[in-house]
Amino acid sequence: MEKRICDVTNKEPQDKPEVLLLQPLSIYFEPILSQKYDLLKPWESPLPLNVFLPNHAQFVQAIISSGPNCLPIENSLLHLLPNLGIITAMTVGIDHIDLEACREKGVAVTNAGSTYSPDAADFAVGLLVDVLRQISMGDRFVRKGLWPVNGDGLLGAQVSGKRVGIVGLGSIGSHVAKRLTAFGCPISYFSRAPKPNYPSYKYFPNVLDLAHESDVLILSCALTAETQNIINRDVMIALGKDGIIINVGRGALIDEPELVRCLKEGVIGGAGLDVFVNEPEVPEELTYMENVVLSDHRAVTTPESFKGVLELAIANLDAFFSGKPLLSPVSC
Amino acid sequence: MDKIGVLVTHKPLPYLEQELTRRGCRLFRLWESPESRRLEFCRQNAADIQAIVGNSNYGADAATIDALPKLEIVASFSVGLDKVDLPKCKERGIRVTNTPDVLTDDVADLAIGLAISVMRRIPSADKYARSGAWKKGEYTLTTRFSGKRVGILGLGRIGLAIAKRAEAFDCPISYYSRSEKPHPNYTYYSTPIDLASNCDILVVACALTEETRHIINRAVIDALGPKGVLINIGRGPHVDEPELVAALVEGRLGGAGLDVFENEPHVPEELFALDNVVLVPHVASATIETRTAMADLVLGNLEAHFLKKPLLTPVV
Repeated sequence: MEKRICDVTNKEPQDKPEVLLLQPLSIYFEPILSQKYDLLKPWESPLPLNVFLPNHAQFVQAIISSGPNCLPIENSLLHLLPNLGIITAMTVGIDHIDLEACREKGVAVTNAGSTYSPDAADFAVGLLVDVLRQISMGDRFVRKGLWPVNGDGLLGAQVSGKRVGIVGLGSIGSHVAKRLTAFGCPISYFSRAPKPNYPSYKYFPNVLDLAHESDVLILSCALTAETQNIINRDVMIALGKDGIIINVGRGALIDEPELVRCLKEGVIGGAGLDVFVNEPEVPEELTYMENVVLSDHRAVTTPESFKGVLELAIANLDAFFSGKPLLSPVSC
Repeated sequence: MDKIGVLVTHKPLPYLEQELTRRGCRLFRLWESPESRRLEFCRQNAADIQAIVGNSNYGADAATIDALPKLEIVASFSVGLDKVDLPKCKERGIRVTNTPDVLTDDVADLAIGLAISVMRRIPSADKYARSGAWKKGEYTLTTRFSGKRVGILGLGRIGLAIAKRAEAFDCPISYYSRSEKPHPNYTYYSTPIDLASNCDILVVACALTEETRHIINRAVIDALGPKGVLINIGRGPHVDEPELVAALVEGRLGGAGLDVFENEPHVPEELFALDNVVLVPHVASATIETRTAMADLVLGNLEAHFLKKPLLTPVV
């Protein structure tokens, strides 16, 4: 759909384009973005958002959505921005944006594209090796001074040869697959449709069948209505008592209370989790377990990824403001 | 192997102990004696000991070999033989076997796992996520692993397996070896310092010998530099440990992932406060699958010897 033309007669041609923020930008993004764009910061006003926007942002064409706490963008917000043409997300996950509402209103959405994929994949592999080979556990053991006391005895599980099932063979999933192939892991996957580009990876039409034939499940798909709680008790039973789940997607891909139960009961063998349903809350029972590795949603927070996503966001916004094709539009 | 006397130097894998016993061996458990009484233990039982099963920590040094005149074979539960006096064994006609190949994948897996762990600060993240202190404020940045230049010291079986994995992360591969190898995709450097100067992550994957002791010295550490990361899955004595500790504490080296130490099980406590190091207790081959395969090699070599058949993995 076409972008809307806004009334810019009150603005000088060399003025920076207005871009609305819904939450403060990270210090890694703010300096460069504020040089290029006139950033509107509603939280600096005492007015509530639904009063601020009609009065101060009625001509705004662009929003930058960024973390670590992305404000949800729903119909009610879009109604207040009649001239909005683009939402540029600094994240790859855009489950906080109502894509259907955006499509109806002709608002384009761009995300981080594949800029985060190497880091996300590295982190997924790192979590998997850590869980199986007990790296964080071994590190704790050594630092507590237990090695001279308890002697040798930590025995992990082999990574090479484990059957890896990837849930979502998109950019991140295919980067994971390439890496784990080099570890001698056969790759299978579940995706909305089979991927003809990857004939050596085995496709399964549903996650349950994938879990039956896998030792490890790696979650790297988008969170949508269809994928919420895609990892449920049945899937975990199918994965089995030595099975490992690695999540670098979104916490809500997994039925979290059920995950905790399954780990406690030994229904599955372990988990590596970078994301949780209600960050920064981490289910307390997980914090006592030795067969899990937890992290604070940092899979893609590297200077390299941030440099990449900043360049991409600017390229998308510049393209938008000059009527050119967007670089990383999200199709609904 | 009925009634064969086997000196076991270390507490063995239960499977190995069971199998040795089941096959009729008499086990002499050296690790149960305090260190100062071990030579005496050997002498007391010398008439009955024909084989040693050693490991990476306790092998068969000259004094032990001299104390055991009936010794015929040393079957090491390790691939590294730096703790076995090989010239002495040759001299005495004692056979020596190790456990190559079966542990190659595990060691390479751990090397890459440690590298990612150090660069992305995974143990630190785990500690923070468990602490209850996690607040979603500003981001914690850690540096990307993919694409970093990986330098491998020693391009043997393990070095090659590490290279293969690192390549999947788009890491350019370089190496130091006693001589250049036919790998056109990998850049050869003729000295460890040149290698260290030209890589971001340096992995020690060579055998420990007289020549490679302290091959990672202050000069090499300085060449690796404040953004460089050292991964040691070789042997503790490959690294000048006090120099390494000083460099890490002073920030002259960017980080380290260490599976081995000069004086195991003792690890320099100055490292415990650092979050740019990952420390694991010599676990590179510590998976149930691999340790079982290593045990099978030890058993297979011992049986072959006492049945006068060709050894499976002889070194001497």
